[in-house]
Amino acid sequence: MSGSDTPDIGTARVKRGLAEMLRGGVIMDVVDAEQARIAEDAGATAVMALERVPSDIRRDGGVARMSDPAMIEGIQAAVTIPVMAKCRIGHFAEAQVLQSLGVDYIDESEVLTPADEAYHVDKWAFTVPFVCGATNLGEALRRISEGACMIRSKGEAGTGNIVEAVRHLRSILGDIRAMTTASPEELFGWAKELQAPLDLVQEVATRGELPVPMFCAGGIATPADAALVMQLGAQAVFVGSGIFKSEQPDVMAKAIVEATTHFADASIVTKVSRGLGAAMPGAEIGQLDVTFADRGW
Amino acid sequence: MKAGVLALQGAFREHREILSTLGAETVDVRTPEQLAAIDLLVIPGGESTTMQHLLDSAGLREPLAAAIADGLAVLGTCAGLIVLAHEVLDGRADQVPLDAIDIVARRNAYGRQRDSFEADLDVSGLPGGTFRGVFIRAPAIETVGGAVEVLAEHNGRPVFAREGRVWVSAFHPELAGDFRVHERFLQEVA
Repeated sequence: MSGSDTPDIGTARVKRGLAEMLRGGVIMDVVDAEQARIAEDAGATAVMALERVPSDIRRDGGVARMSDPAMIEGIQAAVTIPVMAKCRIGHFAEAQVLQSLGVDYIDESEVLTPADEAYHVDKWAFTVPFVCGATNLGEALRRISEGACMIRSKGEAGTGNIVEAVRHLRSILGDIRAMTTASPEELFGWAKELQAPLDLVQEVATRGELPVPMFCAGGIATPADAALVMQLGAQAVFVGSGIFKSEQPDVMAKAIVEATTHFADASIVTKVSRGLGAAMPGAEIGQLDVTFADRGW
Repeated sequence: MKAGVLALQGAFREHREILSTLGAETVDVRTPEQLAAIDLLVIPGGESTTMQHLLDSAGLREPLAAAIADGLAVLGTCAGLIVLAHEVLDGRADQVPLDAIDIVARRNAYGRQRDSFEADLDVSGLPGGTFRGVFIRAPAIETVGGAVEVLAEHNGRPVFAREGRVWVSAFHPELAGDFRVHERFLQEVA
């Protein structure tokens, strides 16, 4: 009674499936094994291994690249939950290294310095699934057409300021809502305007949502921030600098996990928000030297 | 028949959609009050460490264990299998399962995401041919107790089993686009 035929690996269903399993959870940026253990202890569904959190990348300037494989392996050895890692936009050789390391998801990320000003990575060519950022629906659909299996609204990483995440979520979800009532000929216009493949536009109009899960990133610093973006329609959250740049990272991490699950229950969000200490210091978007969200095309 | 889906984290929406399509009244379960009002429960795939943490913080662990001991029918898929097992190998030291079915589970037994796979399964007593098993960072059932009935195997390892009203699968029937596993569960526990 056993199916002994050769199993299929790297199918779209298997790659998108891991994103489905991460829904309702919190993916946390970590820079070493100790932070990874704190994240897992707090109930993170996955960790993102990187050498510097976005707020430090922003402070340091210079070229930000894929992390050292030894550092990623140290984090893989420290936790049992999925480990993600970032490659530069268009840097398929970094992505090949990350796949070779066995990372569970590759983030082709605007937080690192882009390697290609014209093309993103051909993500269909990989067994390991990719997540990509998007600021609007056209960008999301172009990434999906390149093989992304999860979209995260970009927000503005490393600022602790939720305003860009809200703008991007509202833009993507608002356009999807508008498309569901469009006539067939109007969908041709949508495809042209969004610079996105017509078949994906038609699929989104029929389903009323993206064909892959959509999470939110970039600026989440408190449990209420997580509850806000979940109520707006995000299916899970990425928290970068917001945990390990706060005063009490372990307490903040647990609180954001609970607020993400119970996002619609204000009494629970209130309970977990009490006595957290200081959140990460924030930044006004207008005063930034570099906006990461503008990277990618 | 009121079907609850544990909605702390993971792929709970897919289970709800399938159960609704099959005619059940469905509800998300995040609190002890919601748990008290259901006739059966599905524990979805997701991260088992996250789910166990949230079971405790939501005050659901004891009421859920008591409800299962009282005869609540449960289907656990992937992470749900780990939560329901008697013992968990390769888990976290503080990972305490509910001991609702006499199996020993091994987390991430098939490897990392690049090893996740699909395969056709012959499921005992399921009409209509093979069932497409979707295994994502899946656990293995290492051993089963005498009272456990194995419903499907893959390469000689059990991947679908039941003991009384507790059913567990290492794969994700909610991602197969095929409702027969849910249909059979509903028929047999009704």
